[in-house]
Amino acid sequence: MNNNVEIKDVLKENDPTKRDKKYNDYVKKVTPTHNFAQNILRAYVVGGGICVLGQLLTNMYMNMGASEENAKLYNIISLIGLSVIFTGFGWYSKFANYAGAGTLVPITGFANSVASAAIEFKREGQVFGIGCRIFSIAGPVILYGVFASWILGVVYWIINMF
Amino acid sequence: MEEQKRGCASIVFNNPVYVHEYASIVGKKEGKGPLGQFFDFIEEDELFGEKSWEKAESKMQQRMLNILFDKAKLKPSDIRYMCGGDLLGQLIATTFGVKEFNIPIFGLYGACSTMGESISIASMLINGGYANNIIAFTSSHYAGAEKNYRFPLDYGNQKPLAATTTVTGAGGVVLSNKNNNKGIRVKGITTGKIVDYGVKDSMNMGACMAPAAADVIYNNFKDLSVDADYYDQIITGDLGNVGKEILLDIMDKKGYGIKGKYMDCGIEIYYSDIQGTLSGGSGCGCSAVTLCGYIFDKMKKKQWNRILFVPTGALLSPVSFNEGESVPGIAHGVIFENC
Repeated sequence: MNNNVEIKDVLKENDPTKRDKKYNDYVKKVTPTHNFAQNILRAYVVGGGICVLGQLLTNMYMNMGASEENAKLYNIISLIGLSVIFTGFGWYSKFANYAGAGTLVPITGFANSVASAAIEFKREGQVFGIGCRIFSIAGPVILYGVFASWILGVVYWIINMF
Repeated sequence: MEEQKRGCASIVFNNPVYVHEYASIVGKKEGKGPLGQFFDFIEEDELFGEKSWEKAESKMQQRMLNILFDKAKLKPSDIRYMCGGDLLGQLIATTFGVKEFNIPIFGLYGACSTMGESISIASMLINGGYANNIIAFTSSHYAGAEKNYRFPLDYGNQKPLAATTTVTGAGGVVLSNKNNNKGIRVKGITTGKIVDYGVKDSMNMGACMAPAAADVIYNNFKDLSVDADYYDQIITGDLGNVGKEILLDIMDKKGYGIKGKYMDCGIEIYYSDIQGTLSGGSGCGCSAVTLCGYIFDKMKKKQWNRILFVPTGALLSPVSFNEGESVPGIAHGVIFENC
């Protein structure tokens, strides 16, 4: 990539492919981007905060007498529930605009992607609206998640043969 | 009779086309922006009392047209044609918005440049003697556009700084062959072509559209043998901060500096810092409501006497975008002047 491309280089270029390439380099140069360090810091704090909340919930359920395994499941259900409620009130997207990957990566992000699609497409009906579109964002995660676990299963099976 | 065609893409009308009346309606966010006082109506409910975003946009068009008829003291039967469109697939906001009016219509898609396209075609029809009164109009709705082109509204993601915010608003103008009250006329037009510099970033539409805007402004100058001095203001639709910089840069290098006389509706319509609108406003409604609110007001007060209005459109389709195509740009120039 050429960092010093000027608009006059783009305008002078007669070959369309080279012109497009130069213009894209030029656009990259003049387009502002989010502050990388600030974005990472926010994602770390918010994403970490969600994980701390998860740990607190797990501990709370264990104190209430649940086994560790059950407490972890209750925690996941609670986080998903909270995420869906936040999505329903329109808070999650505002929160995510600030936190970036901090809200995208934890399980709350997955819940948000499903709930937001369900809300948006509800008006197109139970079948063609919610039914067909609910996984329009989460679908790839489910498909490739299952596919990746299948491949790992095969690898695990082969390794165990020796 | 003097030749009306000019240069490669422009027309200067022999038979005058007048701006008879105009109306604008916006959502809450636009109402709170710097141009809030110029709009005819600000709707607080983003659903406009309807059940879906698509219906809300239709309702918004309906309401805008009713305001327009009231202001113009005209009945739907006084209007020969309508030229208009919106951003949704198959122009559904327009279809359901105008069907009750029973007026012959040309449905237009020019992405966010629709206001320029509709005024251009309406002006040619009037100039040609095919109609006395025509309404040119368009609309966009933030939530409907997000759903149609991007993600569900409540999906949490962080937009890049170059992204724009679709304006919720509808604007319309009655063009007429008689000079009634406003004293503004459409002097001529410059029609844009599809300009594609291979940008594939749908979140940077300013960069996709800037070369198209530059092409139209440059052709307008060439075709009419004028430069920026001819105009009091040159106004693009929704280039935003990124597109603006690129346009000014291109025009400078082409030898036509427009910096001192330039504004972009997308930059004017929001307080971007406070309202979090990133690079600025966009959508068909952006240039339409700015024209029918702020710009015509400025002309009526004689603060501007001749302007070049250039709505800009990014011809984005979720299908072609997913198939790896670029986002081409288009722009349509309209010259308005006081008479």
